[in-house]
Amino acid sequence: MSGKNIIIIGGGPAGLEAAYHLALHDYSVTLIEKETETGGHIRKDLKLFPDFTDASEVRKELSDKMMHPNIDLKTGICVTELFQEGLKWVVKCDNGSSFISDAVLLATGFETFDATRKEELGYGIYDNVITSVEFEGKLKEGKILTSSGRVPQRIAFLNCVGSRDEKVGNLYCSRVCCINGVKLAISFKEMVPDAEAYCFYIDMRMTGQHYEELYRTSQEKYGVTYIRGRISEAAATFDNRIQLKSEDTLACLPLKMAVDMLVLMVGMEASKSTRILSAQNGIPGEYGFAAGSGINFRDNLTIKAGLFLAGTCKRPLSFQETIADAGAAAVQMMDYLKDEK
Amino acid sequence: MEIKKQYWNEYQKEIAQDDYFYERSCIRQTFFPGSEATFLKILRDELGKKIVDDPRIHTCTGIGYHSDIVPFDTTMAICARLFSLMNGAGLKNYVPSCVTSFGIFNEVVETWKHFPEELEKTRENLRKATGREFEIPDNIAHPSDIIYNFRKELSRKMKYRLVNRETGKPLKVVEHIGCHYSKIFSKSSIGGSEFPHVLVGMIEEWGGEVVDYPERRHCCGFGFRNYLVMANRGYSIANSKKKFESMKPYKPDFIVSNCPGCTMFMDRWQYTIAEMEGITYDEYGKGIPVLTYEEMTGMLLGYNPWDIGMQVHQVQTEQLLDKIGIEYDPHDKYIGVSGKNLGVPEKPKNLVV
Repeated sequence: MSGKNIIIIGGGPAGLEAAYHLALHDYSVTLIEKETETGGHIRKDLKLFPDFTDASEVRKELSDKMMHPNIDLKTGICVTELFQEGLKWVVKCDNGSSFISDAVLLATGFETFDATRKEELGYGIYDNVITSVEFEGKLKEGKILTSSGRVPQRIAFLNCVGSRDEKVGNLYCSRVCCINGVKLAISFKEMVPDAEAYCFYIDMRMTGQHYEELYRTSQEKYGVTYIRGRISEAAATFDNRIQLKSEDTLACLPLKMAVDMLVLMVGMEASKSTRILSAQNGIPGEYGFAAGSGINFRDNLTIKAGLFLAGTCKRPLSFQETIADAGAAAVQMMDYLKDEK
Repeated sequence: MEIKKQYWNEYQKEIAQDDYFYERSCIRQTFFPGSEATFLKILRDELGKKIVDDPRIHTCTGIGYHSDIVPFDTTMAICARLFSLMNGAGLKNYVPSCVTSFGIFNEVVETWKHFPEELEKTRENLRKATGREFEIPDNIAHPSDIIYNFRKELSRKMKYRLVNRETGKPLKVVEHIGCHYSKIFSKSSIGGSEFPHVLVGMIEEWGGEVVDYPERRHCCGFGFRNYLVMANRGYSIANSKKKFESMKPYKPDFIVSNCPGCTMFMDRWQYTIAEMEGITYDEYGKGIPVLTYEEMTGMLLGYNPWDIGMQVHQVQTEQLLDKIGIEYDPHDKYIGVSGKNLGVPEKPKNLVV
């Protein structure tokens, strides 16, 4: 053993992956997760984009890594305080326990945007307006049904709910909603081939590997229709469908249509833990996310020696980017602990 | 419903409890002439409040401003004069009857808050033009806010409920909020702009059931230049028609609004559509009655329907009065305040009256 202790706050993909790399290099790792299970948001996924990997396989691989003897996993407790004492870091939790370490990795992840803040879309008011997370849950259950138990014949997916939106104060792009919407539309069409799927977008940001190809496949093979325009209003119809108002900005025409279900592709926001713990330590950042020391280099470091960042506590990232970032954070922590006397 | 309640709780505002300065509307006294008098009667006789109805009040410039005829500097000076009249009455709570005025005053005060130099310029302009000084009101509330605020107290005094006398079921009510009440500043409304509560609160408190139909948030059809520019009037009626078609399957018993334009156009366009196309939006060819919120309140308090101006509607209101079981004398319908018979209007060709 290296004799150095590390605490990782957050048991999502970033925290788990980083813990494993550090454990492999003989560091003693305590991983604290506020939920009773690890895995973070991928616990809710059925498949991952862009290759439709079974999310349970990914979860299992990450979970197996936690069997490493150098990792002490503590679930169901929430970190409430994080501060530095000399060269050591102190972590206090809501169950009264506290831990001391040589370095801390903040891997506190993201929260999905609360769709009730977009009042005009009627989430929480109309039964057949649901979020992408809820739609994924239906996919996992193996059945997509409306509130009245019917198989939907027409679904609309709306991108950028809570992202790129001045009204809610989030000017940034959540980066993964476009491709996630493509994935969900394909999944729906595979389940109900005769149904119609419409994706409303500002612009399709297909920035990752294979994203553009999947976008093309969704149109050519699955017949998903893409409409460039945001939805300005959703309302229930007499037969409990959802009436949408939008503008097809390519056709330059206003658009009104009724769908059986409206799926809101909710964006990423900084998690409560990220906001609290970074504020306690004076870590700067935009929109509540924690910022690394540099944009080009030192992205996993903070202004505080021994406090590191990994994953979506910094900004929206895909699963694959998060895993790569966690590895990078682990290397930077090892560099720091090697130098520290 | 829980999310609606969450919104309603988020969009609350302070409403003065007493001592109001009332500003009458330019157009309401022509459109629905009993409504403002009914509001004053409710406040004074039912609630025992002090409200000053100053005959020196004048336009807020709203219609001219939204038609790009009146510049904003003029609007601010005119509003300042109205505030000055309120100051002269020793009052601090401003109550504009018209929703457009309500929007104008909120816009002006908000402008002064963010751009103090505009406030100083307005003070100077008013001083030069009239020699007057003014202070910004402590509270600006629309009369519908005040009725909403005292809805429980009024409910206890009401003779009738929004209930079908024969079936015992709640009446189905379409509520329509003026854009300038909640869509300019959602925080200035009760309940916000998407799911406003100001009329919903009255309807539900008084026994009715609110109809949520797909085009609930759509424009009434007035839209200022949609109507004011004659060539655009097709847009106006097309928008109203869209709303009527959308609400029709729900079979509403009546429509209520807190805006002069909305009430006017949703009432009058039903007549126009009936005469142009032979279409009405009820089962009997009579149309859907459209009430102001003051008329709704006065009607339930048991005021004589003809005293509160129900006879000047295009869609006749007897069908609604009969549903609730409100007593009225049909012979008095066209008897004026002086006791003189004003004459029976010509009957439309298609709309059943």
